[in-house]
Amino acid sequence: MSTAAVQQGTKWWSGGRSPFNASYGKVMMWYFLMSDAFTFGAFLISYGTIRFSVNNWADPNHVFNSFPFAGHMNLPLAFVSLMTFILIASSVTMVLAVHEGHNMNRKGVEKYMILTIIGGLAFLSCQAWEWTHLLTGEHIALLSDGTLSVLPTTVKANPWGTALPHEAIAAALQTTPHDQLASIAATLQHGGEVHNVAAMSNADLIKFIESSDIHASNTGPIAFGGYFFGITGFHGFHVFSGVVINIVMLTKTRLGHFDERGHYEMIEKAGLYWHFVDLVWVFVFLCFYLI
Amino acid sequence: MAAHYSSPEITFHPEHTGTTKRIWRTFWVLSVLTILELAIGLLIYNIHKGENPNHTLVLGFKGMVCILTLAKAYYIVSVFMHLGDEVRNLIMTIVVPLCLFIWFIAAFLWDGNSWKTLRNRYNGTTPIEKVVPAAKEKGAKD
Repeated sequence: MSTAAVQQGTKWWSGGRSPFNASYGKVMMWYFLMSDAFTFGAFLISYGTIRFSVNNWADPNHVFNSFPFAGHMNLPLAFVSLMTFILIASSVTMVLAVHEGHNMNRKGVEKYMILTIIGGLAFLSCQAWEWTHLLTGEHIALLSDGTLSVLPTTVKANPWGTALPHEAIAAALQTTPHDQLASIAATLQHGGEVHNVAAMSNADLIKFIESSDIHASNTGPIAFGGYFFGITGFHGFHVFSGVVINIVMLTKTRLGHFDERGHYEMIEKAGLYWHFVDLVWVFVFLCFYLI
Repeated sequence: MAAHYSSPEITFHPEHTGTTKRIWRTFWVLSVLTILELAIGLLIYNIHKGENPNHTLVLGFKGMVCILTLAKAYYIVSVFMHLGDEVRNLIMTIVVPLCLFIWFIAAFLWDGNSWKTLRNRYNGTTPIEKVVPAAKEKGAKD
């Protein structure tokens, strides 16, 4: 342990030296990250409270089961594990950049900062795809007025309730108005032969819908979308600002500012922020996707 | 040859354990922990798909995932953020306030669970027990 290197009996609190053995900037970065941890913690605990207070919550394995270009394949956890590995990898390149900074190796810092920025951008792209997929997704759910409708996942709609039995679907179809039937039929005919759904009669639409492999569910707690988009959005904003900070640091490295200064402590501080973003993702991953 | 920010305030520079070996070892530890988490996640998924999911078992697996996540958090903070290399004072000023989370999590999840219990008791399907007022005696004055 490095602490053993300190002389025994160092008087940390008697003035003249930092009791934390760190520069002002680094200590303040740590305090900022601690306060940010409380912000994220409060969000996640609030989410947990609401989730504990209802009987049925959306099953993450059903909500997050798609992968880009994989069509309708059921791949639970696959895409989010890719996102997790991207972030872990970019954390490693960041810590390698800090390491090169200690060795005053400008070329090395540049190389690893570029890799870290690429990792951050890749993560943001993944998140953009995931959000788009959920916001434009089409899932058939039973509305409170007893009709079936096609719903996306937004802050106002959650089609991820408990599954509806077949009899309940058949009964609900009878009271569903024409335009909703048409949009359900349009959702279901992906890949099959294309009908002009708007021109079909209600009876024909119901017959077509029942002959397709229809899955419908009750609507789930409305809070799901708000918490998911709110918390992953807040985390995504941290990733975005981290990428911006890393770009600034890369530019300053290239301009030789840190060589002039004689140390690369700024890279260390940016690194602390970037690792924190990875740390938060570990918990977001746990709370939204795993359990 | 290492260069550091120097100022009279800094008493000594912690050895950032020179080599990149430790960084890569931590990367592999984190990857293995994540793969374990994913394996447990898929296990939970398959238990849920079954006819009669064993809820105690699922809860146990979820607890295991939480422990693995805390282990990951420890490695990220201690090795990647170098908190483990800092002096005890800095470690304590960060870690001690975060202990608030222990009660914070316990209290709020407990509260949420209590809401669920209350809601299920009074959700309208089970009628609230009404106290039947005692029948008035005939001729009694109001």
